[in-house]
Parts: sequence; structure tokens; C-alpha cells
Amino acid sequence: MLSRTAAELYWLSRYLERAENTARMLDVAWNMSLIPFSVTARDELSTPLAISGAKELYMERYGTLQVHNVLHFLTLDRDNPGSIFNSLRMARENAHAVRGKITSEMWESINTTWIELQEMSRAGLLSIGVSAFFDWVKQRSHLFRGAAYGTIMRNDAFRFLRIGTFIERADNTARILGGREQVSGSPGNTAVEFYRWNALLRSVGAFEAYREIYSDALQFENIVELLILRGEVPRSLRSCVEMLCELLPAIEGNAGLNAKREVTVLFARLQYGDMRHIMDVGVNDYLDDFLRRINDLANTLGKEYLEVV
Amino acid sequence: MFPAKLPGNGIFDEMLLADGQVREHYASYWSWLNKRPLEEMERKRREAELLFHRVGITFAVYGESSGTERLIPFDSLPRVIPAQEWGWLENGIRQRVQALNMFLHDIYHDQNILKAGRIPPEQIFGNAHYQPCMQDVDLPNDVYAQISGVDLIRDDKGDWYVLEDNLRTPSGVSYMIENRRMMMRLFPELFSGNSVAPVDHYPSLLLETLQQGSNVSHPNVVLLTPGRYNSAYFEHAFLAQQMGIELVEGPDLFVKDSHVYMRTTAGPQQVDVIYRRIDDDYLDPLAFRQDSMLGVPGLLSVYREGNVSIANAIGTGVADDKSVYPYVPEMIRFYLDEEPMLKNVPTWQCRDASNLSYVLDHLAELVVKEVHGAGGYGMLVGPLSTKEQISQFRDRLIARPDNYIAQPTLSLSTCPIFAESGIAPRHIDLRPFVLSGREIRMAPGGLTRVAMQEGSLVVNSSQGGGTKDTWVLEEPSC
Repeated sequence: MLSRTAAELYWLSRYLERAENTARMLDVAWNMSLIPFSVTARDELSTPLAISGAKELYMERYGTLQVHNVLHFLTLDRDNPGSIFNSLRMARENAHAVRGKITSEMWESINTTWIELQEMSRAGLLSIGVSAFFDWVKQRSHLFRGAAYGTIMRNDAFRFLRIGTFIERADNTARILGGREQVSGSPGNTAVEFYRWNALLRSVGAFEAYREIYSDALQFENIVELLILRGEVPRSLRSCVEMLCELLPAIEGNAGLNAKREVTVLFARLQYGDMRHIMDVGVNDYLDDFLRRINDLANTLGKEYLEVV
Repeated sequence: MFPAKLPGNGIFDEMLLADGQVREHYASYWSWLNKRPLEEMERKRREAELLFHRVGITFAVYGESSGTERLIPFDSLPRVIPAQEWGWLENGIRQRVQALNMFLHDIYHDQNILKAGRIPPEQIFGNAHYQPCMQDVDLPNDVYAQISGVDLIRDDKGDWYVLEDNLRTPSGVSYMIENRRMMMRLFPELFSGNSVAPVDHYPSLLLETLQQGSNVSHPNVVLLTPGRYNSAYFEHAFLAQQMGIELVEGPDLFVKDSHVYMRTTAGPQQVDVIYRRIDDDYLDPLAFRQDSMLGVPGLLSVYREGNVSIANAIGTGVADDKSVYPYVPEMIRFYLDEEPMLKNVPTWQCRDASNLSYVLDHLAELVVKEVHGAGGYGMLVGPLSTKEQISQFRDRLIARPDNYIAQPTLSLSTCPIFAESGIAPRHIDLRPFVLSGREIRMAPGGLTRVAMQEGSLVVNSSQGGGTKDTWVLEEPSC
């Protein structure tokens, strides 16, 4: 496969995943803002801003964290490169560049998303309904993924699409978890704490999984284990890296030695990971280390597959 | 019963005879149409528009903000050509394209036609598209233009004329295929009742033609596009996908050890045939325009060594230029010793002083075009222009007469479309696509372009022209 094509497929799914993740986080932030714990709400608002890398741009423009400003800024704002609008635009642009390599169902799905998004952008977030918009973003992401799973050949195009998804998703989960721990004090059972952890789990769609696996009150250590080490949770670090570990060796040809080694090491660290070790190191330091490794992996992958000379 | 209007002014209509009767080859379609309620046709029109948008069959418009994508208007009333007439046309086109390829081979080898005095040498050597670097380069099958698009029009008597030959990178064939697919989706019953010659096999004919242009036994064929902001990007992606070949951009290719390679996730892979949709000037920054970011440095030297095939060949523009066009009938006589079947439109070359003075005296009735122009830009349609436009154009013409040719304003035949006001005649042309490999092959029909504005003669999509499905129709057997 052409390296440029692989890169465009990879970024197509990274941007789409990014849009979905932003929608998840904001959906939770929006719901939290309706509950009278202002501290938590601000926490929920600043995480997606920080993760999208546009916090400075936001503060420059608005000065203070206000729910409606943050929502507009991260959803339909055309001038914020990290908005859902621009993530979906980039996803569609990449798809446009490789439309011959994806199926017509996939192309029509993402192109329809783009056409509808432009209409929504003209209508404005409030007239669509905030939650309705986030549901729409998630559904469009599901629809594209479903079209991909159901129609595309199991070849390198499919693999690079999925690699993009899991790199972005692992990065996102690590940042959500890391961002939260810093603000958190000692875990307690106050209502504030409950909503804080509840929000965290919901923003990675893992609240039901927690209930089912632990059938217990929300505890920080369990949440850390769930989102780092548990293979059953689709957005845990382990799940994401496990998929990457399957996908990279399956790519045709003998390129990518370094990327394959790095992903194998990273997966071993999670597969045989130990909660005591994580708590000893400190969750934040552990996650910083993970983020460094996953970004190294993304860079290596870029050098060895996507920009080959 | 739908009312069908005649175009008037003695203009030839594809569907109606001068007395308003429906022509025989439209009878079956017309009786089908008259059983359809108008609302249904309107609903189908909206459905088609929605589908074209969703599928993204769009083209980018130059000069508008980047990324602007527009639909080419699609009209669902087909243009019908009886099989017998097509058979005759096909022979005429084949004759013409064969002569054009022989001319290109001659120009880049012995130049016999110049030595025989049949074409003035300055017409060739002074031409911006003549490429001296192609001298004595031998190509497989001696074919220069593997893909050509011959634009045909009909005058008020229904006689066919060649308006121009497109031998560089003719586009539009994807609309020919997509229009047919759309028609079959909207009106499947029409196709079971009429024997319409299929066009869907064009991409496989194209691939075979490209493969025949290589000396390698299983050549690796790629399509080279300027990228997604090019106006014809949809077509590039469409054809690459239909042929199952890689769609590459200049930076995806590189030259090493006298071969061309593409950068892949599994390392460099050799490329044998490049179907390029980039102009000569941009192909190789080492040989042509140095500022080109679209091409591949060193490509020309690999090509001259015969280690890669390029379709169409470099330098074909010397044969489809508007100033060389008047000599095509002479080429047919010279190389094939035959009389041309298809007529040329009479052409005045403004570089010639006596021609120029005639043109200046008759600007209000002529069409004046730039010699190297395309896409309907930079032309004057005298009868449809204001006095002011004509006088401005006169200044440009006097400043650079060698840059212009002039032709009589041909009426162009009309074909009915579904317009806002109901069924109404609009001017059309026809671009059949011609593939030259070991032999010359065509998909039946071609692309019919429509001037959507009432009275307009400009069919180019860049000027708001639309398209419709083109049927080559076998006679009903019963």
C-alpha cells in the first residue's frame, strides 16, 4: 500500500475517534454542569480543553470557563483546530484523498456526516440540542466503523484504519485518567467524589462495566485497574494496545521492526501489569510514562510506514 | 401528455422532427415518459441530486474558495443515438484518431508531412506543446494518445462536425459511467424495455489499453493525479478504483537507477505505466517547469530510456491545438490515403493577416477562441455578446492575433431536458472516449454535455454546463 494512503487512512480514523472522544467528554461535562457541584463541573470542562490542546486558545478568547463557551468552542467552532467540527472535517478530507481505497459505503457515511455537520453548524448547537448533537457524533462514528467492519477487505487499508483508532483511543483514555487524578484529593464517599468518578467512567463509556466487574462503590484504585489493565473494557489501555499488537505484525512486508518491538514491549507491560506496581510508581507517573511510550510508538510507526523514503 | 417544444430558428433537435413529430428512435422512450406523472419525474430528479451529493460526484471550481465542490447538473432525459448512426460515427472517429497518432509519430520522427509541404513547419515548431525532447523516442505500438476525447456537434441539418480533438488528458468519462448507473437506478424498467448498449466496461478497456502501452508483461499501472483539489479529482479516484490500481501523487513516486518507484508501506515498488492526469509542463521539474510540486524529478529521462510508459505520451498537445486542428483532414488524406468521414468546422487562423481582417469584420457572428484555451475560458461567442464585450475582445485579438482562431457560430443541435418550465430544448455536444492500444476501441456513445441555460452554446462544466446519459440504441427486434 502507498505510504501516503496508509497515512491518510490512519489520520482519517484518528480524527474520527478524536471527534467521538471529545463528544463523550463534553456530553458528560454538559450533564455535570446541570448538577450543582461547580468544582466538578469545571474539572469536567477543563479536561477536554486540555486534551484537545486548545486550552490556551480558549482562555485567550474567553478568559473564564463557561459551559456554553466551552461547548461552542469544542463543538462547532470553525476557528478552533481542536473542535469536533474540524476533527470531522479533517477525517472527511483524509477520506476524500483515499476514497478509492475505502468502500463506497464508508465514503458515503463520512461524506454524509460532513454534509449534515455543515447544516448543523449553520443551525447552531442550541437549536439542535446539546445532547442530541453528542449522540449524533457518536452515532456517526459508530456508523462509519460499522460500515468499515462490514464492507472493507481485511487488508492493510483496514489495518491502518484500526491502528489510527487505537492509538488515538489509548492516548485519550490515558489523558482522561491522568488529568483527573491530579485534581482529586483522597478518595472518599462524598457525593462530589461519586459524581467525579461517575463522570470519568461515563466519559470513556465504562460505567456499566465497572458496576458489572466490581459490583462495588466507585473507588479510585478499581477505576485505575479497569481503565489500564482490564482486557474486557474496549477503551482500556490494555485493550487498545492488545489490538495494536495484533495489527502491526499483520501488515504486509517486512518493514516496521522498531514499531513491532515497541508495541510488543508495551503490551507485555500491560498484559503482565501489576496494580501494586502502578500504585507504587504513582498513577500519574505511570500514565506519563505510558503516554510517552504510545507517542514514541506513533512516531516510529510514522517513520517506518507512513513517510517511507 | 408532456408538451415538447421545438428549438426554433431551424435548429436540429435530437428528439423532434421539424414538424414536431417524435423521431423514431425516441418513440419508445417518449411513450414511456408520457405514462409518468410529472411529480414522479420531479421526485426522481431530487433523488438523483441527493445521491450525487452523497456519493460526492462533484468537481472543484477554480477561482472559488478552496475546497468548493459543486455538482454537475444531471438531466435524466437521455440523448439517444441509433446504433446505425453510431456505427458510422465510430468509423469516422477511428479514422481520425488513427491519423492523429500517425501524425504524432511522424512529427517526432521523420516529419514527412512537413517535408511534403502539407502543413507549414512553423505551425509545429512554433507551437508551445511541441516537445523536442520526444524526437526519436520510440513508443509501444507507436501510440501517443492512448486516451482521446473527440468533441462532436451537429449543425442545423444534423450533420456531424468535429469541434476539437482532446489528446492530452481528456476528462468526463466518469460522468458517462455514473450517469448510466444513475439512470439504471432511477428507471430500471427503461433498460429492460430498450436495448441500450452498455458502457460500464470502459474501465477494464482502459486498463487493457494502458497495459498494452508497456513492454513489461505484467506491468504495474498507476494513475498520477495532481491531488484532491484538482477539478477532476473525483474522476481520478473513480477510475483508479474501478481499475484496481494505485492513485498516486507526485511525491509518492521517485526515480532511482533509471526506474520509477512508488513509496509503499512495504518499501519501494517499481512502476511501469503512469496514466497521468497532469499536464506535460508539470510532469518533471528537472525537465519542464522547475516550480512544479506535482511531478516526479527525473521522470523524463526514465521515460526516454523506455523504462516507464506514460499515457498519454509527452507532447501530444501539438496535435490537438486549435491552430493545428484545421490540418487534421489533411493528415487523414496524407497518412491513410482516405477522405475524412467527419467534417471539420471551417476555421480562420487569426495569425494570417487576411483571415484576421475577415474575423475583425465579422466578430458579431463568429466564435473566437484562444489557440491553447480549454474549458470554455477566454472565448467570445459573437451573437451572444454585447457590443462592449465584442469591442474589448477586439483589442485582445489585435494585440495577439496568433493566439486566436475563429469559427462560424454553429447552431449546435438541441435535446430536450427537464427544465424548471417543463420539457425544453437545450444545446448539446458529444464527447466519445477513444482508447488506442494495439487496436482502437470505444465505449458506445460517450458523454453528452448540455448547456443548461436557454439559448446558451457553452456546454463546459466549468461554465455551468450539465450532462445527460447517452444511449446507443439497437433497433427493437420486434
